[in-house]
Amino acid sequence: MNYLKPDTFDEAIALAQKAKGTLRFLAGGTDVLVQLRSDLVTPDTLIDLKGIAGVKDITRTSEGWDIGIAVSGAEITEHEELMQDWPGVVEAMDLIGSTQVQGRATLVGNLCNGSPAADSVPAMMAAGASAMTLGPNGTRELMVTDIPTGPGQTCLQPGEIITSIHIPAQKANSGDAYERFIPRTEMDIAVVGCGINLTVDGDTITGAKVAIGAVAPTIQLVPDAADALIGSSLDEQALAGLADAVRAACNPIDDKRGTIEFRIDVAGVLARRVAQTAYARARKAK
Amino acid sequence: MSKQVITTTVNGDSVDFVCDPRESLLDVLRDRLGLTGSKEGCGTGDCGACSIMLDGRLVCSCLVLGVEAEGKTIETIEGVATGTQLHVLQDKIIEHAGLQCGICTPGIIVAAKALLEKNPDPTETELRYWLAGNLCRCTGYDKIIRAVMDAAAELRKVA
Amino acid sequence: MALDQEKTKQFKYIGTRPKRQDGVDKVTGQAKYGADTYQSGMLHGAIVRSPHAHAKILSIDTSKAEALEGVKTIVTRAEFATDVTGDNWNILENVMADKTALYDGHAVAAIAATSALIARDAAKLVVVNYEPLPHVTDIVDAISEDAPIIRESSIEPNVPEGYHKNITRRYECGKGDVKVGFGEADLILERDFFTEGVHQGYIEPHACLAHVTPDGKGELWCSTQGHFNVQRVCADLLGMESSQLKVTASEIGGGFGAKTTVFIEPVALALSRKANRPVKLVMNRSEVIRATGPASSSWSTVKVGMKKNGTITAAHGTYRLQGGAFPSAPSESPAQVTFAPYDIEHAEMIGLSIMTNRPKQAAYRAPGAPMGVFASEQIIEEMAHELGIDPIELRLKNAAKEGTKGVHGPTYQRIGLIETLEAAKAHPHYSTPLKENQGRGVAVGFWFNFGGATSVSMALSLDGSVALTVGTPDIGGSRASMALMAAEVLCIPYEDIRVTVADTGSLGHNDDTAGSRVTFAVGLATIEACNAAIKELCKRAAGEWGIEPEAVKWEEGFAVPSGANAGDFAPLSLKELAAKMNTTGGPINGHFASSPSGAGPGFATHLVDVEVDPETGKSTVIRYTVVLDAGKAIHPDYVEGQMQGGAVQGIGWALNEEYVYGKDGRLQNTIFLDYRVPVASDLPMIDCVIIEVPNPGHPFGVRGVGETSIIPPLAAVANAVSAATGVRQTRLPMSPPRVLKGIKDKQSHG
Repeated sequence: MNYLKPDTFDEAIALAQKAKGTLRFLAGGTDVLVQLRSDLVTPDTLIDLKGIAGVKDITRTSEGWDIGIAVSGAEITEHEELMQDWPGVVEAMDLIGSTQVQGRATLVGNLCNGSPAADSVPAMMAAGASAMTLGPNGTRELMVTDIPTGPGQTCLQPGEIITSIHIPAQKANSGDAYERFIPRTEMDIAVVGCGINLTVDGDTITGAKVAIGAVAPTIQLVPDAADALIGSSLDEQALAGLADAVRAACNPIDDKRGTIEFRIDVAGVLARRVAQTAYARARKAK
Repeated sequence: MSKQVITTTVNGDSVDFVCDPRESLLDVLRDRLGLTGSKEGCGTGDCGACSIMLDGRLVCSCLVLGVEAEGKTIETIEGVATGTQLHVLQDKIIEHAGLQCGICTPGIIVAAKALLEKNPDPTETELRYWLAGNLCRCTGYDKIIRAVMDAAAELRKVA
Repeated sequence: MALDQEKTKQFKYIGTRPKRQDGVDKVTGQAKYGADTYQSGMLHGAIVRSPHAHAKILSIDTSKAEALEGVKTIVTRAEFATDVTGDNWNILENVMADKTALYDGHAVAAIAATSALIARDAAKLVVVNYEPLPHVTDIVDAISEDAPIIRESSIEPNVPEGYHKNITRRYECGKGDVKVGFGEADLILERDFFTEGVHQGYIEPHACLAHVTPDGKGELWCSTQGHFNVQRVCADLLGMESSQLKVTASEIGGGFGAKTTVFIEPVALALSRKANRPVKLVMNRSEVIRATGPASSSWSTVKVGMKKNGTITAAHGTYRLQGGAFPSAPSESPAQVTFAPYDIEHAEMIGLSIMTNRPKQAAYRAPGAPMGVFASEQIIEEMAHELGIDPIELRLKNAAKEGTKGVHGPTYQRIGLIETLEAAKAHPHYSTPLKENQGRGVAVGFWFNFGGATSVSMALSLDGSVALTVGTPDIGGSRASMALMAAEVLCIPYEDIRVTVADTGSLGHNDDTAGSRVTFAVGLATIEACNAAIKELCKRAAGEWGIEPEAVKWEEGFAVPSGANAGDFAPLSLKELAAKMNTTGGPINGHFASSPSGAGPGFATHLVDVEVDPETGKSTVIRYTVVLDAGKAIHPDYVEGQMQGGAVQGIGWALNEEYVYGKDGRLQNTIFLDYRVPVASDLPMIDCVIIEVPNPGHPFGVRGVGETSIIPPLAAVANAVSAATGVRQTRLPMSPPRVLKGIKDKQSHG
């Protein structure tokens, strides 16, 4: 295996173009190294992106947040301002793995690994996050909602890499939240995940995004679920409508983590709980 | 096979080693640098027995490549005591019988030390969640938690 | 000393909590475990494993692997002895397949190369030509009509004609006539219970370093619970003389029963012999879960009859355990253990061992028993609730005591079951009110505890310190307990005694660290070895004083005249006598060897409160209390450690751990991510109450504690979850999907 550590994104793309055989990019490594160790993949070329300028920065602008691709989960959790603006995104990232995994894992790695159970992704989708990419054909901006295309797969072209994650500034009177269901208290892959972002006017919900994870081949927004909430004050009818819409959008599998029946059931339960947390945060926000 | 020469700092000492890029930092610490205190319990970042500090951050050394250590600062269990003076955590783990077979103990100590340096007064719940990535199969965690809480109290007294 | 005097005796060292002598090594990372040793010229081993649950091995082509630079040798079954029989044949067949791969992960070949990476890459280049065969992994399927038969030659003579050919053993015990007993009952309850396979989950994977030299001598360093056993078995499997093989036990990172046998050690020896180089072989976690010795999955049918007042009139149990593709499932164990805590007139207990295409089972603490108790203690509790009798009261009413003839045959001497029940009843835990969605469970447990062949030596140094040599690896702090017992007998400070676990060439035979035997049997031998040295010390003092040795006694660490008649001499300390020992008769050592009987049975009562989220089926253990009769707690910290460790393993087994096999017979959860052991945040503190009802068979009253602690928790947690949900939990694990389904089914059926 050839290990390369470019100094710039352009150099990284050039190296990727030249690489023969299996190519992998390395950010935090908490997925790649596990795959390497279990011989799921033996890359011929491994390109470490952590040496590039700016990849460890969290920058706040008037547009929102630009998060470098090598910022670890631990660093995200320690960022108080980001936590204030997007507690759901931060808590979602924070849930991934152990304290040790948090020391290395990244948002972009979580996204690019393409797991239908990735924790950070529903929260990013509900927040309207996007990713800047660079490839052999230049740059583009992709909505995170468009990136997962199947289990383990993304819409990224060969040799295309994400160069930063962008989260828009949280709107006024808004709050987001993420929760997942796991059988233990830590260390499990999500059996169901739900991220919700709400905007309120007084008691009334005026804007909503609902994303569900681990219950379908890809993580996705559920527009019907958002519609069930908009215009309501999160009364029982709205919550029931939310749960029904979320359940209807589920297309899960039976596996060693949960049954189809269980996932659909708990997706509705979880959506209710997450909506309540997001609502409380939205109403407290300014 | 394209081996690389890596220069890094381990427990305050500058060290050089040669390794294959596929070797993890854990492999390198154990097999090339003779520091066998960090253990491989799982190789997948699930058990924490390989815990080290990398540039001041608690990580699993099985999830870092040896080649990624270039220019970094690494602290392992072998560097926790100061000469013959054990760290309070080490004393308390022995005192409270917070170990039975001891295989998870190096990882637990490195992880607990990282917590107490960040948060000197954790609650029992905060401590348990911090240590969720350090598996112990012998003790049921009870005496480990008591030992670390006592160590934290002791360190606060001195501070 | 008579037992009644022992009971009131005040101990000086026994029962204190000094620091263990290997503590500093373990907290600084200096202690050397199985994978922590290196030899110059060492090769690294890797094993080629079957991806099929059941398949004929038609051919093995190693040519591509051999061509890889750095590969030094490859072995297959051909490198092992061909005249192995009995238990050792089963071990060999498991260590490396011959003509048939019997489970997913079964070893078929092994490679030694100059680096671990090369060995791993070479393993992928070995081409094995398999012919897949029908397989069966589920215990119920294994004894149904169309199940493939694993191996007819494994069927034991005790299996009657007409039984399914995957049943290899039928065991039976009991007393009275259950027909009569059930006839007397006011209430009868019968249920089927199922548990899945679980792994002991020790954090240290199996690891060893073998070196066989051209003269046929071998040295083996390995992580094991019993290196004498390893020596004997490996020698047999390799066709070596036992005496030519020296085995050293490393520090061990957990075993819980699964490191009482061999998996990779014979392979490392075979590789080393063929390569003429030392070979280090370490399993990765996936290999450990897939291809070592998990505990059996089970299917139990239990039926109990009770009078309205709670008296048990009859009990019947059929306990089915699968032992993998080998006849080793310990089905006699649940048959003997489940109703051992009760005084019942009529009982019939049957154990059936079954084969499947799974790895060869191994002990998980008390082998085979927790699964059966999961069934029996739930039936007892359910009937208590139905009769409106307090669950502890009901057990007290039927409790076995001294003089009771157990269902499994023996008559009890002094035992502490009732004391544990009464302590549990009086504990604040039992009277703490429960909140919504919370349930409380009780369960009791019994374990025989064992003696086992034991040799211990001790030697005085010239400075009066003592070197104590044992042959049982220290899993949980036993060296500290041995030093405490030696200190007590010799009356010298604990710190003056250094305990070493010797290799097979340096001490007489010792059975494994298993069976909860070490504190009892090795402790007993330690005491007797020290007594032998004391006898010699008294003889030296007598010599110095010119009196008969019988006129000298040992008191508080000194040789003193035994009475006024003996003479008036100043006491001589151990230090003083040791300093001149070489000139007064020679070095003073003590030695003792035996296979002692008298291991006292252990009893425990566990209490647990669980809260179940009714919308998700997720269980949280809120509170756990273990009450255990330890006979005499030599080092209370380490007794508590066994109580807490066993309870938490039981919690994991009850709630989330299970082997998940696919329809293809392959294991789906081979790493800790999806094999879910309890993490620190899952648990509360585990409260411990040590009861001491001395075992008459040990000088200090010791009873084993390591295995008793895993007997009750499966049932205790299941009783709590059943109480919290109103649904009897008949299947393990009680994972959220299963529990939620039970809650929903109850809601829809009313």
